Amino acid sequence: MENWATVSSASAEQTREIGAQIARLVDKGDVVLLVGSLGAGKTTFVQGLVAALGGRDPVTSPTFTLAHKYRTSPPVTHVDLWRLDHLQEVVDLALEEELDEGGVVIVEWGDAAEPLYGAEALVVRLDWGASDGERTIAFECRGRSWCSRAELLREALRAGSVGAG
Amino acid sequence: MNQRGRILGIETSCDETAAAVVDQGRTVVSSVVSSQVDLHARYGGVVPELAGRAHVELALPVVTDALQGAGLDRRGRSFEDLEGPLGIDAVAATIGPGLIGALLVGVSTAKAFALAWGVPFVGVNHLEGHLYAAMLEAPELELPVVVLLVSGGHTLLVALDAPGSYRVLGATVDDAAGEAFDKVARYLGLGYPGGPEIDRLARSGDSSLIRFPRASTAGALDFSFSGLKTSVVSYVRAHREVANADVAASFQEAVVDVLVAKSLAAADEIGARGACLAGGVAANSSLRQRFGEAFAARGMMSYLPSRAMCTDNAAMIAAAGYFQLERSGPTPLDAGAVPDLQLRSSK
Repeated sequence: MENWATVSSASAEQTREIGAQIARLVDKGDVVLLVGSLGAGKTTFVQGLVAALGGRDPVTSPTFTLAHKYRTSPPVTHVDLWRLDHLQEVVDLALEEELDEGGVVIVEWGDAAEPLYGAEALVVRLDWGASDGERTIAFECRGRSWCSRAELLREALRAGSVGAG
Repeated sequence: MNQRGRILGIETSCDETAAAVVDQGRTVVSSVVSSQVDLHARYGGVVPELAGRAHVELALPVVTDALQGAGLDRRGRSFEDLEGPLGIDAVAATIGPGLIGALLVGVSTAKAFALAWGVPFVGVNHLEGHLYAAMLEAPELELPVVVLLVSGGHTLLVALDAPGSYRVLGATVDDAAGEAFDKVARYLGLGYPGGPEIDRLARSGDSSLIRFPRASTAGALDFSFSGLKTSVVSYVRAHREVANADVAASFQEAVVDVLVAKSLAAADEIGARGACLAGGVAANSSLRQRFGEAFAARGMMSYLPSRAMCTDNAAMIAAAGYFQLERSGPTPLDAGAVPDLQLRSSK
């Protein structure tokens, strides 16, 4: 069974929709690592995901504040590691506690958290496409729990009629 | 509270450990900020645990300095009369928003002093503190004013109707203005923090070379800087030969255009007597100049706080604490820090 899927997005709006589709899959204790360069659409993806889980507050970038927690079901902690350079600083954010309490942790600039969470996570890579508004979004299921949801992932992406490949 | 209304304020929500003594929310008696810039420059940003540890080490020395500046020893008594009455009427501290480990240092320190001295403790919203920064330097300021609060973590337009009474008119829906400065700076290979670097480089660039978008938002007084950041990246990817100075100048022009236009619109909407800048981005030279000119052209006063008052300090926390104590009384000693505290309109 393939443990990955790729879609393309034509706009920020569509990236938000793809995030909303992924919301159907996430469960308490999940980690989602977002990887992609500046302006690739990481925060946009989280906006769609959090709104689909019932979040009402605007989803803004946590770059400076480092972490935002949303009153969704399950609760989402939205983290941004852009300003952190050392693994110990990521450990200090105490994300384990959020996961233990049944939260979902979504990490922007998630490459920095790979040594901690990379073995059991949904890794989402966002890349700039050929044209200006276009992005490719690649999903990789890591670990048993996410791999068991790989088919659901592909279904969810197809349901969003976003051309799952 | 007695007539004097002398407040000790403590601020530890982010990079700075700060303490200040302020009378009646208006007069700064002493203000101490222990800048941690050197510590952070080595690590390329705010390091939460490091910041927390540094706050622990710096809190007592900084508070002691602030008390000394007000002629008081650590017991809160005058050096002139060590057996005299207590020299502080209440202790205020930032309870949020910020990093929990950092916030707790200030909150615990403030509670300990309040308990030991038998005076009220007041837990203050950091963002509300920024609203009083201009007032501390310009006592003649006439209300209502529009406050444009722009920093790395926040971008807000607030109507300050009276001390302790304010309305949030607009906010960013994605990235804060200061964050856009820092991210564009790092993308262009400039140093950290990026705001001053862009400001400096922009002076030698052509601000009209690239027409970056001025985003419109659903709420007329809200802001969006995420699309602008993406446009900068997109432009540089397509024009590798472009000079950094021109990108910096054109980017800064787009940010300042939007900040000034929406501040003017907000002032019109509330019938403001004037407008204030607050937050770290208020140190940007282009924003200061154009903000001042725009309001002068409308015959309105503008207040541009000094750099020390724009950035995080405890005088503004003591001022906010004074007005909050007057309006709604002390904060219970068992109240905790609130990392995700938002600024909401007062009732």
